[in-house]
Amino acid sequence: MSGPSISRRGLLTGLTVLGTSAALSACGAKTGSDTSSAAGAKADTSGDTVKVGLLNSLSGTMAISEVTVHNALLLAVKEINAAGGVLGKKLDPVSQDGASDWPTFAEKAQTLITDSKVVATFGCWTSASRKAVKPVFERNKSLLFYPVQYEGLEQSPYIFYVGATTNQQIVPGLDYLKKQGLTKIYLVGSDYVFPRTANKEIRAYAKAHGMEVVGEDYAPLGSTEFSTIVNKVKDAGADAVFNTLNGDSNVAFFKEYKSAGLTAKSLPVLSVSIAEEEVKSIGTQYLEGQLTAWNYYQTTPGEANAKFVKAYQAAYGKSKPTSDPMEAAYTSVYLWKAMVEKAGSFDVAEVKAAADGITFDAPEGTVTVDGATQHVHKTARIGKVGADGQITEVWNSGKPIKPDPYLKGYDWASGLS
Amino acid sequence: MTVVLNQSFTGISIGAVLLLIALGLTLTFGQMGVINMAHGEFIMAGAYTTYVLQQSVSSAGVSLLVALPLAFLVAGTMGALLEWLLIRRLYTRPLDTLLVTWGVSLMLQQLARDVFGAPNVQTTAPDVLTGHIGVGGGITLANNRLFILGLALLCVLALTLILRLTPLGRRIRAVVQNRDLAEVSGIATGRVDRTTFFIGSGLAGVAGVALTLVGPIGPTMGTNYIVDAFLVVVVGGIAQLKGSVITAFALGVLQSVLEYSTTVSVAKVVVLVAIVVFLQWRPQGLYTLRTRSLA
Repeated sequence: MSGPSISRRGLLTGLTVLGTSAALSACGAKTGSDTSSAAGAKADTSGDTVKVGLLNSLSGTMAISEVTVHNALLLAVKEINAAGGVLGKKLDPVSQDGASDWPTFAEKAQTLITDSKVVATFGCWTSASRKAVKPVFERNKSLLFYPVQYEGLEQSPYIFYVGATTNQQIVPGLDYLKKQGLTKIYLVGSDYVFPRTANKEIRAYAKAHGMEVVGEDYAPLGSTEFSTIVNKVKDAGADAVFNTLNGDSNVAFFKEYKSAGLTAKSLPVLSVSIAEEEVKSIGTQYLEGQLTAWNYYQTTPGEANAKFVKAYQAAYGKSKPTSDPMEAAYTSVYLWKAMVEKAGSFDVAEVKAAADGITFDAPEGTVTVDGATQHVHKTARIGKVGADGQITEVWNSGKPIKPDPYLKGYDWASGLS
Repeated sequence: MTVVLNQSFTGISIGAVLLLIALGLTLTFGQMGVINMAHGEFIMAGAYTTYVLQQSVSSAGVSLLVALPLAFLVAGTMGALLEWLLIRRLYTRPLDTLLVTWGVSLMLQQLARDVFGAPNVQTTAPDVLTGHIGVGGGITLANNRLFILGLALLCVLALTLILRLTPLGRRIRAVVQNRDLAEVSGIATGRVDRTTFFIGSGLAGVAGVALTLVGPIGPTMGTNYIVDAFLVVVVGGIAQLKGSVITAFALGVLQSVLEYSTTVSVAKVVVLVAIVVFLQWRPQGLYTLRTRSLA
């Protein structure tokens, strides 16, 4: 070793490019690898079984959440098969790992459609992954069932949105904060599509309802350094934090939050992406007393839910909690089944035509598909994290809310879409 | 004023994390010229060591204290193995070490995924480290950050003492300054290389233990920090502990001050630009060792 022969400047350039590209990719820049132009790849329905695609992040920063959705999808498929399948055909689930990486999602979606010839695909979590696969499903005229709450302002003819849209989660969440007299809010989110759009909507809502946004901050998806953001939150004089962080950034955020001396009492956080599974892995001691907005909790009463929780824990372990996205994923397979059976065919156009008014007695209560928007009617629920890690409902909307992805029914939202 | 003091502490605590990670790199990259991309995975190894310990030792405090030396041993052994198996064949080709260790880092990440599962895991911090100390005037110091700061300074101190006062340290310095002369003076340079790698990688393991106090543990956790740590070493100047210490804290404070007044992404970009400008002015970094072999 006679001294390094690599030029320090050369190394630095490399590192700079690496660092900058990492920063940029975290800004939600998205490039779907739209390679194939083979429109309308045919689903294969000739055999005794039909293939269904499951597209989730089984690795990477989102795996903490998405693996549970994958499990719930498998459970629904298993139950449906045990009950005789769909139109007499058993379902053969094909899993692909999106790896928390949006171009990978697009690639795997294409693989499911072209190589596996699936009749429908279930999955995706982040809006960035959904936006990445959207053109793939549209070009191939294939169906995606999306199970997670999102920011709204979207409608694709080839996507069924089974999670909540804005007016079924974020708006009720804001209504709740306002009712509690918490009017100065601080927005903290991951730096990509969902939090940025959601926060735009929250600002519009706040302006129209006499609330004040006292700060807004984003951290790159997967980021674990939150000391400065927590300091800013502390100094801003907020009444509450509206949290749209995704994935395990939440772990770092809530650890920092607690060590800064902030508590659910002194400065409550309302989260829209933390469900039972995340509560468990973040650690109950960091989250006790904090608020969440969803449509389903493991504690939601009802026979359908008792059955769902029991079946899930029998399959994956007694200590495994169920959560809203899991419930929506599970429900989405049943909704698809009902659509196919009503249509009497696996054909995408016929399934879509049969969708309107399809209902299912889901664990969260009855859900109904709205054919016009391809979203579902859902009940909104605000919950509080308890010491045992379970979330208890503190408020619900009483009846299912009609989906309004473009917030057309709200005057304050007129400039958004 | 409160804001400035609070942010300075935040910056110093970010700097402490950077410093812990960069310390090992200062040895392996700074002193030996090996670009070890698997350094991030040694951090991960240290973090998972803490996690595994906590599964078997119920007390969080005890497991943390045991984890520190154990993580040092685990990561250090991995580093020594890597040096023995691959790196010693590549000392004359630094760019190849980058590629080889990059490959190793990917393999280690996959290994962690297979062993511990893809979803990230967490450890419980001891109760004393979850709170904070108020020093009056609205200024608070988080206990876990203070602990990390102390740990970083302790590591710097230990490393300085080893390099300055022990026979091993003298041998390391001799090999760095002039390998051939060291060799003919009877120093077993190969063994010195391995020991240096053991210490450098072990320090990454210690950094991993510290990181479990602030965030989640996952297969890719090391990659979050590796670029920043390399920057600290490059800006600090190779072969100088002093440079790394100053740079780590300076970058930490700069980052947190910028973050406070702008956003996380803007702060990152500005810091990178500042580093590029600085290195145009001082390509050799803050400090350099005057030696013929590195001229």
